[in-house]
Amino acid sequence: MIPFSYSRASDVGAAVAEVAAEPGAAFIAGATELANWMKIGIQAPTHLVDINALPLSEIAVRQDGLRLGGLARMSDVAATPAIRQGYPVLSEALERGASAQIRNMGTMGGNLLQRTRCPYFREASYPCNKREPGAGCAALTGPHRLHAIFGASDACIAVHPSDLAVALTVLDAVVHTQSPGAERAIPIGELYRPPGDTPDRETALEHGELIVAVEIPAAPFAARSHYLKIRDRESYEFALVSVAACLELDGPDKVVRSARVALGGVAYTPWRAQAAEDALVGKPLTEASVAAARAAAVQGAQPRRDTGFKVTLAERAVVRALTTIGERP
Amino acid sequence: MATTPGSSPTDVAAHDTLPLTLSVNGIDHSLQIDPRATLLDTLREYLGLYGTKKGCDRGECGACTVLVDGRRINACLTFAVMQEGHEITTIEGLAEEDQLHPVQAAFVEQDAFQCGYCTPGQIISAVALLQEGHAGSEAEIREWMSGNICRCGAYPNIVAAIQQVAGGKRA
Repeated sequence: MIPFSYSRASDVGAAVAEVAAEPGAAFIAGATELANWMKIGIQAPTHLVDINALPLSEIAVRQDGLRLGGLARMSDVAATPAIRQGYPVLSEALERGASAQIRNMGTMGGNLLQRTRCPYFREASYPCNKREPGAGCAALTGPHRLHAIFGASDACIAVHPSDLAVALTVLDAVVHTQSPGAERAIPIGELYRPPGDTPDRETALEHGELIVAVEIPAAPFAARSHYLKIRDRESYEFALVSVAACLELDGPDKVVRSARVALGGVAYTPWRAQAAEDALVGKPLTEASVAAARAAAVQGAQPRRDTGFKVTLAERAVVRALTTIGERP
Repeated sequence: MATTPGSSPTDVAAHDTLPLTLSVNGIDHSLQIDPRATLLDTLREYLGLYGTKKGCDRGECGACTVLVDGRRINACLTFAVMQEGHEITTIEGLAEEDQLHPVQAAFVEQDAFQCGYCTPGQIISAVALLQEGHAGSEAEIREWMSGNICRCGAYPNIVAAIQQVAGGKRA
């Protein structure tokens, strides 16, 4: 690890100015990702600005939705009773991520800015276009069963690891940022950049831009929601495939008034399955409508040599997630 | 002072250390420390508290679990300079004089370890789990202890030890 200098920020404006002013500077909060990148050598900041003392830890449950500060901890958000009750997909996604220890450290902002767990990215002896632009991609020819079935390029087939991001996608969340002299509101669907030829540029954020909050609008489908995560082991593991889903159901026939479906573990971003939502809306939730959603959810999938199983897994996970929600009182 | 990205890792001597007061197990320690030192390395190498173990050093095994302000975290994933002003509890801080903490006693009674390397982290994590209220069932305990790996496979006995404390039973 190369030496770095360290300072503690006491207000947001000063923090973003300090990082923006130095190309090698970085924010540090939960540290669970950045500390590892620094140990592995993926990132080598020359200056760290500790933002833990900034007043960005709020968890506000309001009539019009949620406002989660960029520093709100995963464990605290998940355990908030009104979130468990009103936004179960959010609590479930958070509590299926990482471990209890890491959830006590990890923040909303940091969770969204995780980088891929692609083993070639995390091991410096392999070529990786994300780590070193132009180096090539070892995953294309090496074992790649953990990799993408949507949205990949010939430069990168990595997937995004965040469970939170998948839940935020079905909740139509907006990410609020601050940089020197400017604030932005970025819909969650526009946060992650497709890999294309520049897989090293992963998000819409600029250097020195800080996630100050995530806002989730109140929605009639939020309370009937679920996060299903399929892993190689039962706990403390990243998703092979996950499904976040929400359904607004009406009457004894459970007619679907509105729906949200997104897949995790399959692309550089949570993969919103709008065709699956369209297959459900306006119809009673039945085996037939769920089967239509199942097929629609994987439309356009482009599995590679080792990822064909993910298509089937995603289809079955969609069925199980929707059925689970439908059976809830 | 910031150094340039090209500077070599051997530049340590030329680099500034920072003054730091770290409160561990109720005692304040004044240190002069390289900001690169993780909390884990600081506990072990600067303070001589070897109970907190270094397993993976990547937040994947839980051997380094400590409490910060009563919450369990991985000491390998945070820099010591970030923990000023917080109260850190390590395995050395659990017992009262000669009296083992109930979780420590239960681990002994239930034979909840083999080689013992993961045990301090398991015990700290279990103390936090009990405070969080996640000992409702065996499945719940297993889920909320999943951040602590035991390569000897002492899991059934670890669960039994936690259940013993949760149920208020003493063998």
